[in-house]
Amino acid sequence: MIKALEISKLSKIYAGGHQALNDISFSVEQGDFFALLGPNGAGKSTILGIVSSLVNKTSGQVNIFGYDLDKDLVKAKTCLGVVPQEFNFNQFEKVGDILITQAGYYGIPAKVAKEKCDFYLKKLGLWEKRDVPSRMLSGGMKRRLMIARALVHEPKLLILDEPTAGVDIELRRSMWEFLKEINAQGTTIILTTHYLEEAEALCRNIAIINQGSILENTSKKLLLQSMNIETFILELDRSLDQLPEVEGFEVRLNEDGGLEVDINKGDNINQLFEKLKPFDWSVISIRSRSNRLEELFLDLVQAGNQA
Amino acid sequence: MTIQQLWVAFSTIFVKEIRRFTRIWVQTLLPPAIMMALYFVIFGNLIGSRIGNMGGFDYMEFIVPGLIMMSVITNSYGNVVSSFFGMKFQHSIEEILVSPVPNWVVLLGYVMGGVGRGLAVGFIVTLLSLGFTDLSIDHIWVTISVVFLTAVLFSIAGLINAIFATKFDDISIVPTFVLTPLTYLGGVFYSISLLPEFWQMVSQLNPILYMVNAFRYGILGVSDVDITHSYLMIIGFIVLGFSYSLHLLNKGQGIRT
Repeated sequence: MIKALEISKLSKIYAGGHQALNDISFSVEQGDFFALLGPNGAGKSTILGIVSSLVNKTSGQVNIFGYDLDKDLVKAKTCLGVVPQEFNFNQFEKVGDILITQAGYYGIPAKVAKEKCDFYLKKLGLWEKRDVPSRMLSGGMKRRLMIARALVHEPKLLILDEPTAGVDIELRRSMWEFLKEINAQGTTIILTTHYLEEAEALCRNIAIINQGSILENTSKKLLLQSMNIETFILELDRSLDQLPEVEGFEVRLNEDGGLEVDINKGDNINQLFEKLKPFDWSVISIRSRSNRLEELFLDLVQAGNQA
Repeated sequence: MTIQQLWVAFSTIFVKEIRRFTRIWVQTLLPPAIMMALYFVIFGNLIGSRIGNMGGFDYMEFIVPGLIMMSVITNSYGNVVSSFFGMKFQHSIEEILVSPVPNWVVLLGYVMGGVGRGLAVGFIVTLLSLGFTDLSIDHIWVTISVVFLTAVLFSIAGLINAIFATKFDDISIVPTFVLTPLTYLGGVFYSISLLPEFWQMVSQLNPILYMVNAFRYGILGVSDVDITHSYLMIIGFIVLGFSYSLHLLNKGQGIRT
């Protein structure tokens, strides 16, 4: 099957000589929900910039649904919707006009554009604001406006660069639901994010990029499985001042006076509780430490930096 | 894209441009109307009555075509340079760059938007001039074609300025230091036959002289220069300017990293 996105030996050297991308290759399957992770300056936005024709590549090949950006640019662009990191709409135009104008750039006649505009404004909770100049919207609404604008020509591939940056938790969750919904309907989604929790919650496949190179490109499941240690947080009935010695386990005191225990995958947790029995304090709750992906991400990036 | 889709894309840009300058009419349509009314009152009526004939016509009659042309030139240029640079500044140019609309359609859309404002202001100034003098048009098709082609040419020039501009200063340097002097010295207020021979020759290097005189020929039937030369010059500059600006857009100059 044709890939939604296929990047081959892509390099980018900026005018000042900075090499932002170093011969990277990866692909994204149709229908995938794909995350591109990396620290600031890793090259994520450069990749998205090249894919969306805002940045000229130095070398390499990019195919969107089989259309080569160098040979079939118009067809490639028709397949693509872009939600950038920074607000990039005309602050003086009305919300509805921004969507209808965008549809016009794709050759969609005004009547059809109006129907699509109404649909996506309602879907993203902006219908009441359709006649308001875009500068009057809140930050979250501006982000939703950019998503609606990217969808108005109903692209097969949607790319989002930090879509939920600066968005409150409730809105972030509702945007996640919306993105899951359009992904389930068949739209391939690629996102970059700083919120690794977001990638863990939404994406099926993940590429980790640092200093212009791909460090890891695999499924989220395999990536998480590759972690052979899981950390559990034990909440106790009292705060401890001194680290207890628990034979056979690596234990740390956390800032709340509770304990953090690293357990190898496949080890028996019952053994841990056996070892804790002799102490005069009790465990009142236990939870797995979240942001597992964050741990892995930091490990990979740090290892990459040291290499 | 199909022909119909290209037409939709073009008319989207064109309508957006028309909507922009009509929405801010206090900044775009009113100032040239007030300025030209002052020119008519001060130069045409008060001073012009003491000047007497110029090129065989009342001074007021003589300067009306030049002033209409001056407003068309500055407004078609000003519309494209400010609109396109404004889009670059706000990054809303990216809306077009990510879309499949070809660069020649983008170019045509912005140029016709500039022509729209140039002609709208030209029309307003023409109406105003009727309050000061009788205006009879000698060669209607010359008048229409010259004003249209001149608006096209200066819209293209405005686009090239906007492509290279990186800050707001850059969009006022050319109008202030190049366009205004060339227009004032381009035979708007006087016939170059009044100048010594050397300065007549220097004046003939000024392309705006050919446009103002061709337009004056359309309205009054007189010109300091050959009309065929005027057409050749305007069309030649349009072809050059269009090709160059299309090359810049294709290259991504000033708009792609």
